[in-house]
Amino acid sequence: MFRNNYDNDSVTFSPQGRIFQVEYAAEAVKQGSVVVGIVSDTHAVLVGLKRNAEELSSYQKKIFRIDEHVGIAIAGLTSDARVLSQFMKTQCLAHRLHFGRDMAVFDIVNRIGSKAQINTQHYGKRPYGVGLLVAGVDATGPHLFEFQPSGMTEEMTAFSIGARSQMARTYLEKNVEAFAKCSREELIRHALKALKESLVQDRELTVENTSVGITGVVTAEDGTRTVEPFKVYDGQEVAAWLEDGMDVDP
Amino acid sequence: MNHLPQAWGRPRDDVYGAYDASYLQTSGPKQATQQPIVTGTSVIAMKFNEGVVIAADNLASYGALARFTDVKRLRVFLDSSVVGFSGDVSDMQYLDRHLNELAIDEAYDLETAATKDTSKPSGKLNAANLHKYLQKVLYKRRSDFDPLWNQILVAGFDAASKPFLASVDLRGTAFTSPSLATGFGAALAQPIMRNYAATEEDAARLTREEAVNVVKDCMKVLFYRDARSLDKYSIAVVTKDGVELKENEQLERQSWAFAERIKGYGTQTV
Repeated sequence: MFRNNYDNDSVTFSPQGRIFQVEYAAEAVKQGSVVVGIVSDTHAVLVGLKRNAEELSSYQKKIFRIDEHVGIAIAGLTSDARVLSQFMKTQCLAHRLHFGRDMAVFDIVNRIGSKAQINTQHYGKRPYGVGLLVAGVDATGPHLFEFQPSGMTEEMTAFSIGARSQMARTYLEKNVEAFAKCSREELIRHALKALKESLVQDRELTVENTSVGITGVVTAEDGTRTVEPFKVYDGQEVAAWLEDGMDVDP
Repeated sequence: MNHLPQAWGRPRDDVYGAYDASYLQTSGPKQATQQPIVTGTSVIAMKFNEGVVIAADNLASYGALARFTDVKRLRVFLDSSVVGFSGDVSDMQYLDRHLNELAIDEAYDLETAATKDTSKPSGKLNAANLHKYLQKVLYKRRSDFDPLWNQILVAGFDAASKPFLASVDLRGTAFTSPSLATGFGAALAQPIMRNYAATEEDAARLTREEAVNVVKDCMKVLFYRDARSLDKYSIAVVTKDGVELKENEQLERQSWAFAERIKGYGTQTV
């Protein structure tokens, strides 16, 4: 009846040294629809494919603003993501209140990493069933991080998680050299092209199912930094990118 | 004669009467700090065109007694900010340990965030961030009815790399100004510094040398007039290049000629 004896909780190792509950949680991420993230020297962009549970329902949001300078894209259980996103919002706000500055991106990522790891080492808890791409800017520039249910976090130049994300990753690997010097618009087009790669046949990117989130920092000649606050673009706001962006080379 | 160990070394009841245990306060509410005990006097600071200069003498008084004459009250934070403490010295030492922890955490974070490109700005906790943080700490403690009995000046730079100078006191009250002074200095040094830097624009025109000289003059006035002060002091200059801290300065060219002309109070009848 059971697949094996070592997957009832997240505190027991299998004799092979695996923790099955954590691996199952990673499977939940693969069930979620695909999201892609890329950073350049100036911007960090997230794009996501939204799904509607049925014809009559709305599309499930994939990209969320955390703070002025940080946003996340989710793949997996949306309700688990809401808990993490609420936590991240609180942490960023508290940091802003206490120190009067933006929280560093690696800092907020480390915090959800530590929080998620606890769930993999305490009896009666379960890992989060969601993976995140965290994009943000801080004093050291734009960043992209991947977060997994195991609590693992890693900085990326470009990445994709969710269903069929391997196709998107292949695209990203092929073009990775170009990303650093990309302009804002080029970066968005690359991300959307990667997203398109992982679509099933006969599916298209539309204004209904495509979501774009972007933040960036532009340093002028005299050293003044202008931060573009994280903003999510949905619906007609993404129409222009879909219409004239998808056929040309980024 | 009581031979029990708990009576050893205690005054004998038959000679001195029973010990008055009411001093021990075995019951009643917990009492937090009601007053500072060992104190440092004024801290003074002013901005100039490319930084901030801050000074405090090296005395810790026990009431009116000049108890410790080698106490450093300026503290460098991450080689980029200076915190000057007046008020209770033990609370200063507590905050100093606390800031050490904060600095270590911050240094680890900076290491994590380190980019290959060293010309890029780091996310280092600046003086404005530090001042805001200290304000939260002090306000929290006053709200617990257990204040940290200090007034603090923070000197350094803000996020826009402009010279930054601000004050926070034991109630968490925070404010900023081109020149600031705590304690007696607020009455004696502040007016002198305002002659030179009444506004931000004035301060932005001051050179480093001018500002340092004004602050040194103020330290001298404070030593003349503040009976809890010392002629040995610390002075720090914060610029973009870092912090220059001198902790064993001696007041120079003192002239007490004015003293004999002072009349009208004390035991004099004239």
